[in-house]
Amino acid sequence: MTYRIAVAALVLSTLALLAACGSQDEDRELVIMTHDSFDVGEDVIAEFEQANDATVVILKAGDAGLVLNRAILEKGNPSADLLFGIDNTYLGRALDEEIFDPYRPDNLDSVPDHLILDDTNHVTPIDYGYVLLNYDKAFLQEAGMSPPSTLEELTRPEWKGRLVVQNPASSSPGLAFLIATIAYFGEDDDYDYLDFWADLRANGLLVRDGWSDAYWTDFSMYGGDYPLVVSYATSPAAEVFFSETELGEAPTGNVLIDNAAFLQIEGIGVLKGANSRNLARRFIDFALDTRFQEDFPDKMFVYPANSDAKTPEFFRFAEVPAQPARIGPAEIGEKREKWIDAWTDVVLR
Amino acid sequence: MTLTPRRILILLPLAYLALFFVYPLLAILGRSLDGSAFGLDPFVRLLGDSYYLGRIWFTTWQAAVSTLLTLAVGLPVAYLFARREFPGKTALKAVSTVPFVMPTIVVATGFVALLGSRGLLNTFLMDIFGLESPPIRVANTLALILAAHAFYNYAIVVRIVSAFWANVDPSAEESAAMLGAGRIRAFLHVTLPILMPAIVSSALLAFAFSFTSFGVILVLGGPEFATLEVSIYELAARLFRLELAAALAIVQMAFTYVFLLVYAWLQRRASVPVGIVPREAVARPARRAGETVLVFALALGVLVLLSPLLSLVERAASVGGGYSLDHFRGLFSNERGSYFYLSPVMIVWNSLRFAGAAMVVSLAVGAVSAYFLSRPRRRGTSAADALFMMPLGVSALIMGFGFLVAFNRGPIDLRGSWVILVAAHSLLAYPFVIRTLLPVLRGLPPALREAAAILGASPVRAFLHVDLPIISRALLVGAAFAFAVSMGEFGASLLLVRPEFATMPVAIFRLLSQPGEANLGQALAMSSLLMAVVALGFAAIERFRYRDVGGF
Repeated sequence: MTYRIAVAALVLSTLALLAACGSQDEDRELVIMTHDSFDVGEDVIAEFEQANDATVVILKAGDAGLVLNRAILEKGNPSADLLFGIDNTYLGRALDEEIFDPYRPDNLDSVPDHLILDDTNHVTPIDYGYVLLNYDKAFLQEAGMSPPSTLEELTRPEWKGRLVVQNPASSSPGLAFLIATIAYFGEDDDYDYLDFWADLRANGLLVRDGWSDAYWTDFSMYGGDYPLVVSYATSPAAEVFFSETELGEAPTGNVLIDNAAFLQIEGIGVLKGANSRNLARRFIDFALDTRFQEDFPDKMFVYPANSDAKTPEFFRFAEVPAQPARIGPAEIGEKREKWIDAWTDVVLR
Repeated sequence: MTLTPRRILILLPLAYLALFFVYPLLAILGRSLDGSAFGLDPFVRLLGDSYYLGRIWFTTWQAAVSTLLTLAVGLPVAYLFARREFPGKTALKAVSTVPFVMPTIVVATGFVALLGSRGLLNTFLMDIFGLESPPIRVANTLALILAAHAFYNYAIVVRIVSAFWANVDPSAEESAAMLGAGRIRAFLHVTLPILMPAIVSSALLAFAFSFTSFGVILVLGGPEFATLEVSIYELAARLFRLELAAALAIVQMAFTYVFLLVYAWLQRRASVPVGIVPREAVARPARRAGETVLVFALALGVLVLLSPLLSLVERAASVGGGYSLDHFRGLFSNERGSYFYLSPVMIVWNSLRFAGAAMVVSLAVGAVSAYFLSRPRRRGTSAADALFMMPLGVSALIMGFGFLVAFNRGPIDLRGSWVILVAAHSLLAYPFVIRTLLPVLRGLPPALREAAAILGASPVRAFLHVDLPIISRALLVGAAFAFAVSMGEFGASLLLVRPEFATMPVAIFRLLSQPGEANLGQALAMSSLLMAVVALGFAAIERFRYRDVGGF
């Protein structure tokens, strides 16, 4: 019986093989693996395909954490040539795992120094954004309150039951905001980030697992009870862009506190063992070009890394934090697990 | 051993499982535990950690309570559909199963729109009674998780039990009543034992779904209520402790297997041959006033249950204070020229064709497996039965990684292929076909088949004319669920698929990943479309008849 199962499995797998195996010409097909939120114009991709006489295939592989996991699992024999979507919270891990080959595009000089993620050029920065607190303007106005001017304020009674954040163990903005609080309060000060989170917990903090749950069901703007939510600096601009009615002002605002916003830089890299390595490198050049850089901001709601690229007009509704928190990717890579564990102990258990 | 047609037939599901279940599972578990050299380290770490022990305990008891609640909601509705005729029954039946396929985040926004502190109900109550604060408060509580599991899974109970019940000869019950047993006693001692195999079948599925619950816990519960599945996700996707995640997945599988074994054994023990009669002889309109009230109350109950979904349709159609179809129209335009844009026609077509393919595969695999599991007096049947159910007990995340590792290079390269989608969907769908068919197959009086054989019918002919008409109803319910599982499945993000294969749930999630009213509006418009397609699909599958028992 086992013998026959083996035969049947063999027959089936041969059939599947015949059905699925298309010959893959080197440098004729470029496969890019990325996260669910990646978006770019179809005409931009078409331009690249024409200029290089190649086909681009984009495979979405879940959120940023899952994408990196996949790349690690496939190390050395990747499904894709390029990986887009490694940010500074995951970079340390990606470099440790050695999934990328280094490449320095000629036009990297267009990227300002403070956005350069990685001196070894394994990952090229493409875009950036800020994770910070958004507030619901109408709600605060009705309650006669103004947005907090320090993070400490959030532990006071007037902000009781007003803040919803995401679990850093399951959400990318959640982790980014946790890192911002670590930069803000420090790790071993008299009153460190864990003391702050313990006080937040006592003050009616709500923790959600993902950005969507928090934003669509708990943020007061959409019928929830919480006027403060961890989101992105461009969210108020997106609210204007996607509004059902013409708005002269954003319905939400950014809480602008020094060192309380996380600068999230996102990049692209050539995977080790890539089939179409030359094509992949040409794509990185192209991705830093203003053509590409000016195309994605109104689709992904992030800022272009190339300082020559212009942002869409409606981005004026997004206020940019003057002094975001900065903790290097190496330190994040080293301590991420420890921070998340400590946070979980204080806030959830 | 000779190759009889029967043995060749059983090879079909076995080969399918070997290729799409066992192989990817072993591939990922092997890879993940490689570092620990298959040692017991990760297991020792997990089982020695009171946190994970707590997760195991929580996962188990919440699944048990959820299952009981699901039965409590589902059984009365099953009675309604099996035993009573009333106007609008077909439509109500079609929509009653819709919750099963809805993405949790969408259901959660429906809850907020209806029960949130500024939702319809609270605003209404505050207006009427002049209240200062909203009277109804549903924060993310345990009760909400349990209720949501019942909301999602009650349709399983309704469908499986009512399909079985609808052909059960009511005369036994009537005799009991005639012999002086009260209606309740007749139900408890006659009807309930007959229905037990179907009830256990549906309870097993509801339990398996609650045990591996992920979306409901994340969206409606919150992080403090993590199940094993949630812990596996956090360990693998965020903390990169793949060896711990794999070990926890194995622990989860071991527990599921034990529970599945108990259910399978219970169900087999409960099976008795059942008198089968045409549905028309079973279901009838309400006769007394009390019965009419009951029918009305139950139908109303189903509508109340569906109200969060109805509120979504309302929200999808409202734009800036008035009603309009703008959000539906918005789905048709690619305003920003996105590479990933797909027209809703294409998205619906994707959902339908993948669900159709998954349904066909599930029916083939499920029906053959059920047929073999139904043969009486075989040792190891319960063990095999539980094994066939295992795809429901394996972490979706680990399985997704397994597909990646197993099918991303020669000899089997399925990267970006639709085959991988259909394989993944049918893996979750065929257990439904087995569970709906088993009670009916085991209840088939052997005398019927024997009579056909004595009268000279070949086995094939006996199957076509005796077995198939009787099991066709259950087969249709199984088909409908296979269709529904695939329609609602969001596992695509765990697989590696091309963007042009986006299905309706994937499109909904994509819209909800960015802020802004129009995104919510369009996501809810797409959700309304999903509800409509599913309800119509169910109605269409129900209409299909094969020599129904009604032709007796």
